[in-house]
Amino acid sequence: MEASIFDEFRAIVGASGLITETDELRTYECDGLTMFRVVPLAVLLPTSTEQVQAIVRVCHREKIPFVARGSGTGLSGGALPVANGIVLSLARMNRILEVDLPNQRVVVEPGVMNLNVTARVAPDGYFYAPDPSSQQVCSIGGNVAENSGGAHCLKYGFTTTHVLGMEVVLPDGTLIHLGDRTVDRPGYDLPGVFVGSEGTLGIATKVILRIIKRPEVVQVLLAAFNSTNEAGAAVSGIIAAGMLPAAIEMMDNLAIQAAEAAVQANYPNCGGLLLVELDGPAPEVETLMEEVDEVCTKCGAWEIRVAQSDAERARVWTGRKAAFAAVGRLAPAYIVQDGVIPRTALPQVMSEIDRLSSEVGLRVANVFHAGDGNLHPLVLYDDAVPGQPKAAEKLANDILRLCIKAGGSITGEHGVGEEKKMFMAEMYAEPDLETMQLVRCAFDPENLSNPDKVFPRPRLCGEKPGVYEPHPLEVAGVAQRF
Amino acid sequence: MPAASGIMTQVSWPELAEIVGKEHLRDATAADAIDGVQPQMVAEPGTAEELARALGWARGGGLKVAPRGGCTKLGWGNPPTGCDLVLSTARLNRVLEHAWADMTVIVEAGCRVADLQKALSEHRQRLALDPLWPENATIGGILSTNDSGTLRVRYGSLRDLIIGITIALPDGNLAKSGGKVVKNVAGYDLSKLFTGALGTLGVIVQAIFRLHPLPRESRSLSFSGTPESLNQLLLAIQSSKLTPTGLQLRAAAGSAQLDIRFDGTAPGIQAQVKQVEQIAGSLVPSDAAADVWASHQAIWDGVSPALVAKFNVLPTSFAAVCAQVQRVAGAQSLAWKVVVQSVGTGYARLEGNERALRTALLALRDELAKMGGTMVALGCPVAVKHGLDVWGPPADTQPLMVRIKQRFDPDGILNPGRFLGGI
Repeated sequence: MEASIFDEFRAIVGASGLITETDELRTYECDGLTMFRVVPLAVLLPTSTEQVQAIVRVCHREKIPFVARGSGTGLSGGALPVANGIVLSLARMNRILEVDLPNQRVVVEPGVMNLNVTARVAPDGYFYAPDPSSQQVCSIGGNVAENSGGAHCLKYGFTTTHVLGMEVVLPDGTLIHLGDRTVDRPGYDLPGVFVGSEGTLGIATKVILRIIKRPEVVQVLLAAFNSTNEAGAAVSGIIAAGMLPAAIEMMDNLAIQAAEAAVQANYPNCGGLLLVELDGPAPEVETLMEEVDEVCTKCGAWEIRVAQSDAERARVWTGRKAAFAAVGRLAPAYIVQDGVIPRTALPQVMSEIDRLSSEVGLRVANVFHAGDGNLHPLVLYDDAVPGQPKAAEKLANDILRLCIKAGGSITGEHGVGEEKKMFMAEMYAEPDLETMQLVRCAFDPENLSNPDKVFPRPRLCGEKPGVYEPHPLEVAGVAQRF
Repeated sequence: MPAASGIMTQVSWPELAEIVGKEHLRDATAADAIDGVQPQMVAEPGTAEELARALGWARGGGLKVAPRGGCTKLGWGNPPTGCDLVLSTARLNRVLEHAWADMTVIVEAGCRVADLQKALSEHRQRLALDPLWPENATIGGILSTNDSGTLRVRYGSLRDLIIGITIALPDGNLAKSGGKVVKNVAGYDLSKLFTGALGTLGVIVQAIFRLHPLPRESRSLSFSGTPESLNQLLLAIQSSKLTPTGLQLRAAAGSAQLDIRFDGTAPGIQAQVKQVEQIAGSLVPSDAAADVWASHQAIWDGVSPALVAKFNVLPTSFAAVCAQVQRVAGAQSLAWKVVVQSVGTGYARLEGNERALRTALLALRDELAKMGGTMVALGCPVAVKHGLDVWGPPADTQPLMVRIKQRFDPDGILNPGRFLGGI
């Protein structure tokens, strides 16, 4: 990149908003998925929409690819820089701009931490529903990119349910407003397309969120089973009884051991642990909790506890929320996998995971959003042992293939990013991917915004839609259309 | 095959008959016209593949296509700028898979909503949505028009319930997005793009939904008051711990009601009823009439000519909207009524002559814009639509929407002109 462009960037964000020293750039070389690392040409830290727009305009003019970054907690390499491009960190755009309690709306900048939204409205009895395990540190902008979920999305939905509108800088620098404070704005559902697009369609600079009222009562039931199959049967029983819990979480023995070692959550040492959270009006929760208790007992639960107070409940959840990091106590290294299966396929998929795990000789801990079928197998390995990292990666990949085979998905909440783009071609047929590219090309015909993520191969949008015309790169023989 | 004329001279209808079967291709009649625009033929493909091939064939012949489900909302949108062929999903009407233990269903686009609900009720489940005219409306139709109803306050709208979609595209291909798991962030969410797109990007042939259990018990109450007092009550309910599955405000000249519905266990409902009575203070509820939750449908019935407009506003503006509708209707000597759901979507009905309806629409649209709202003319005589965009003025997203349309439908064959800004 020419020096004059650095000067131009510096004029936009000031000297303190531009990072070009290699040592400092290394902070941004990866996100939460550390196996992929790329040092960008520069990192820019804008403080306003106008600055983001000005930066993107320069990028568009100079054909410099850019990658937007929130807190860098993503687990699929979605914020991995590109070597010939820049990183746009939204960390300094972290203001809560507007709180409208009567209409239950909050307007924030993308760098605001997820949990800070809830903290701001909690005194008035509201909360922001999506609660990824990283909610203390992850940003709303990152949540928008990944369509983040969390344990409670079974009942309350995902980020896309709670984002009503956004101010977005398109990859050509145009500023537009998707959605609004009101719902059903006439036109295509652009917020629905943008949320979860992993930074490939532009950069959100303001986000309109919906907040909801805290339920009257929240209770968590913890049930210990001999196996995940028994626990799984209880989940089916709860669903069949017509209940919609706020969350149903399952952990296997290895995950329980890890959580115990890390945070002493006081979980029973069992083969399958179930956490069932119910919320709502007190008499309703009371009645349904008795039914959950009955179902669990019938399915073989040998210990059942109900956490009533906020403190008890927090402690029960601490173990679950800490489970990923806690696995680090059981092995020097591990891979966090994120796949989805129809809930009823659980016994079959779990036994397949067991089989694969013993074949390879690597342990797999399982944490499971059991209500919605989102499976998080943690593949444990020792990176000092030759061959183990590769074997672990292969095992993690084979587990994903099990998910696809069971009619599920390669990602429930971590995103495709860099990590899983090759799996897109296993999950979707070619026309499906081609059709998604139509969206990409409408937003970002020059492929500048987080290029080469999500999709298995870079594609060309062509100069204009409709009649096929070869792209200049094709004519030159340096690129090929798929 | 009929004698063709004009542009049709180039069309080889027997080719289409070969794709869909000649007994499933017929001459269009006056009843098939859309806002007075007369198509030539109506085709009813029997499979998704046939439909995709028929669409690809139409594109090859330069034909304008109107996808059609149960014909309940055919007049929504601007009049088409052309329509040669109606592609009906009538024969794509099967429930393909009800995975009740997973609480998902795969259904073809031509399946009628009531038929789907009946099938789901065998396992005490439902698609938690109460759209207009469920006896006739199809899944593809409610998706394309983004229709929702009174359950939205609790379960969200179609965009929150759809988890997978299969679409036929003008290039003759079928494409899928999403799948049959509730949680899935792999790739772009085309389900949402197609929901509410009025068939302008492709034809929905199949959808997958997440389901909810049927409620165990249900009880509804109605309060009478002024729009202002009921709007205040609605806001108070929203900021309480109550969890209604329906909350709406109805108003007409001289009367206004607020309806609230609770579903769940008997003790839960009882406790909530007690709480809402406390919140309401001097406003005393009565048990709601059986048909209050069909008010969003009943508002479509009445004397004509009439305008039924959908509006979207913030909950704090409901009383102000009622006041504006009353004022504007009064100025034009129109009869009026309004029903609005607590999420902020409502219908206004105005009855009177066409010129007055049109004037009122434009005046109300301006007033709502000041409140950050929008108003779309859904049901009205064609004459009211001429010279205006039923969707309202386009916003700064219009160029992007046009680019999306051009990518999906480069020749502009699907429902041309019917969508926002002439898309």
